[in-house]
Amino acid sequence: MANPKASRVDMRCQDPEVRIKNFNEVALGYSPEEAQLEASRCLNCKRPLCVSGCPVEVPIPQFIMALQEGDLDAAFSIIKSTNSLPAICGRVCPQENQCEGKCILTAKGNPVAIGRLERYVADHFIALDACNQTGNITCRLTDPNARVACIGGGPASITVAGYLAARGVKVDIYEALHEMGGVLVYGIPEFRLPKEGVVAKELQVLEELGVTFYTNWVGGKTISVKKLLDDGYSAVFVGVGAGLPKFFNVPGENLNGVLSANEYLTRINLGRGYLFPEYDTPPYEGKHVTVYGAGNVAMDAARWALRLGAESVSLIYRRTKAEMPARHEELEHAIEEGVLIEELVAPLEFIGDEKGNVQEVKLQIMELGEPDASGRRSPRPKAGETKSLKTDLVVIALGTQANKVLLDETPEIKLNKWGYIEVDENQETSMPGVYSGGDIVTGAATVIMAMGAGRKAAKAIAKKIGVIEE
Amino acid sequence: MPFRIVKKQELIPGRTSMMVLDAPQIAVSAKPGNFVILRNDAKGERYPLTIADTNPENGTITIVFLVMGKSTAVLNNMKEGEELLDVCGPLGMATHIEKHGGTVICVGGGTGVAAMHHIAKGHHVAGNHVVSVIGARSEDLLLFRGELESFCPEVAISTDDGSCGHKGLVTEVLQMRLEKDKSIKEVVAIGPVPMMRAVVNTVKPFGVPVTVSLNSMMVDGIGMCGACRVTVGGEVRFTCVHGPEFDGYKVDFGELQQRLGALRSPEKVSFENYQCKCGGHN
Repeated sequence: MANPKASRVDMRCQDPEVRIKNFNEVALGYSPEEAQLEASRCLNCKRPLCVSGCPVEVPIPQFIMALQEGDLDAAFSIIKSTNSLPAICGRVCPQENQCEGKCILTAKGNPVAIGRLERYVADHFIALDACNQTGNITCRLTDPNARVACIGGGPASITVAGYLAARGVKVDIYEALHEMGGVLVYGIPEFRLPKEGVVAKELQVLEELGVTFYTNWVGGKTISVKKLLDDGYSAVFVGVGAGLPKFFNVPGENLNGVLSANEYLTRINLGRGYLFPEYDTPPYEGKHVTVYGAGNVAMDAARWALRLGAESVSLIYRRTKAEMPARHEELEHAIEEGVLIEELVAPLEFIGDEKGNVQEVKLQIMELGEPDASGRRSPRPKAGETKSLKTDLVVIALGTQANKVLLDETPEIKLNKWGYIEVDENQETSMPGVYSGGDIVTGAATVIMAMGAGRKAAKAIAKKIGVIEE
Repeated sequence: MPFRIVKKQELIPGRTSMMVLDAPQIAVSAKPGNFVILRNDAKGERYPLTIADTNPENGTITIVFLVMGKSTAVLNNMKEGEELLDVCGPLGMATHIEKHGGTVICVGGGTGVAAMHHIAKGHHVAGNHVVSVIGARSEDLLLFRGELESFCPEVAISTDDGSCGHKGLVTEVLQMRLEKDKSIKEVVAIGPVPMMRAVVNTVKPFGVPVTVSLNSMMVDGIGMCGACRVTVGGEVRFTCVHGPEFDGYKVDFGELQQRLGALRSPEKVSFENYQCKCGGHN
C-alpha cells in the first residue's frame, strides 16, 4: 500500500573524508529494502504530474508500481520504453526541477525520490546484454536501406541511435573526439558518473543493437553533412554540442593557471589526468583553487580540485547559494567535502607574477537587486567595495557558446540570432533531412534536455523513413 | 580505426622525423594550413601537429615533428608498419590562398619548415611566385630543402655556421630579399615564436602583410576547451578554430610564449619518467 507519510529514503554516500581521497562514485545507490520503502511512497496519481516534468516522458508511476510489486523486469522495461540511458539519467538529471519538482508530495517538501529509484532499477540490469534490456522491442535490423547518421557522440545522438536502432534502423555515429559519449565522458567526473561501470555499459548496449561508432570524425571537417546525405543516409542528426567557453573578459584572464572549466575537466576526465603520470595528459593543479560559476560544471571542477589535493577550493558566485543553478545534491556534496562558498562577489582582475602565473584575484563585492528575466534577483556591484583572494589556479565555468566547426562548413543550416541551430517542432533544420538537438540548438543545457530533443528527432526520423506510423 | 605509419624517415637522428600516415579521410579533405590532433596509444595525450603534405590518391598525410616531450618521444620510437591509435582532422582554418600572380615569401624555421612547405605548395599550385627562405643551425639540419627546390623558383638558405647559404639568420636573408624586390605581396612565417616575432619586425618597414601560424597548446582541437587562446589585435581568439594562421602584426607573441610554458613542470615529469624507462634512449 502507498505510504506517502513515510519520510524520503536518503541515499547512502561515501563519507566525505574518505571520498575526497579517492575517485570513486560518491553516491552508492539504494539497497533492495530501501528501494522498496521509497517506492511505497508513490501515490500512483491518476494524472501524474511527474511524467509531464520529464523531457523523455518516462511512465514514472507505472515503473514505481512495478517496483512496489517487486517486478524489477517490468519496471526496467517500462523505463526503457522511453529512456535509453536510465543509469545515467538517474545519476545526473536535475530531478528537483523536473519529475520530482512536479511530484504531488513536493508540496509537503518530500517528493518521491524518482531519480534514485530509476538508478536502482537501471543498475540492476546494467550488466545484461542489449536484447534482454530492450524487452519486447526487436533488435534485428529490419530494413538495410534505412540508414541514419548522427554527428556528435553525446546524449542527444545516443538517444536518437537507441530509439532508431531498437526499431530496426542502421545508425552510424560520427564522434570528433577519440572516445564516444560527449559530455558524459569529457565533462561529468568519474565520481559522479563511472565511465567503465555505467557509460561504457550503456554504449555497449547500443553496439549490440547494431549501432556503429566512428571516432575521430569531425563533422564538417573529416566529412560534410552533404556528403553523408549523398552517401545514402536517409537522415542526418546533428548533435555537436557545446563550443567555445565563455570568459569574463577581465584583465589577466590569459595568465597561466587561468583556464575554462571545459579545459580543466577535459584534461582530467577525457584525458584521465587524475591518473597522471600513468596517463600522459597533465591536469592543472593548484594549492588555492578558485572556481567561478555555480552550475553543475562549477561543482564538478571544485570537487575535482579537492580530489587532486588542493589546500583550499572556493566557489566564486555573484549571487547567493539560493540562486545557484546546480543540482541541489551537487552543491550539498561539494559543501560536505569542504568546498568554500564565496557569495556575492565577481572577479575584476586576475593578477600574476613576473612569469605570468596567476597569484591573486581582485573581487568586486555585489548585492542583490530586483529579479531579472530568469526570475532570479540580479546582482549589482556595491560601489567601491572590493576584496582580494590568493589563488594559483582559476577555473572559469560560465558556460559555452555554439560550436561553430560544423556550422561554418554547412551554410545550408540556418542559425538563430544567438548562433544556435534553428529547428522546427520536429527538430528538423532548414536543410532537408537534417535534424538537430541538444546544446547546439538550445545553448548549454542538461543531458536530459538533449535526450528529450533526441527522442523527438528520432520519432520524426522514424516517421519520415516509414519505420513507425502515427 | 588505427592509423598505420606507412613510412618513417629520421631527418635529424633522435630529434626530428617525418612520417607518412595512412589516413584516407583526412588526406582527401585536408588543405594547406590544416592540422591534426594525434594520440599515440590508449594512455596518450592529444597533441596537435600541422599537416606537412597530403597524398589523396594514396590516402596518406605527412607529419614532421621535433621531439619535445614524452608524446613526441614515444612517436619517434614508433616504426614503419606500427599504428597510431588516433589521428583527428583536418582541423583549423585552411590558409587563405588567392591567385594574385605576385611573389609570396615563405619563411620557415626548424620543424616549421615542414608546415610552411604545405602552404608554399598551395601558393605554387594557385599560380603565385613562391620564394622560400629556410634556416637551420647547419646544412645537415635543413629540412625539406629538396621538396621546396622541386617547385619553388627560388629557395634562399641561411645557416648559423655558414655551412650553406647565408651565414646568419633567416631574417637577414628575408631583409635582403625584401630590399631587392618591392613587389612582394605577402610573407608567410612558420617556426619558433621568437623567429616569427623577428620576421614580423623585419617585414614591418616594408609594409607587406605577414601571416604567421601559431603552435598554441591544445587539448581537444575542435573549439571546446580554450587552451589555445591567444590575443590578436587586442581580442581573444582561439587558435584551433580561428587559426592557426593569424595576421602577424596583431599577435601578442609575448603572451603566446608565456602560455606555452603553462604546464612545463608536469610535462618535464612525464618526459623524464619516460626517458628513465627507456634507459636514456629515445
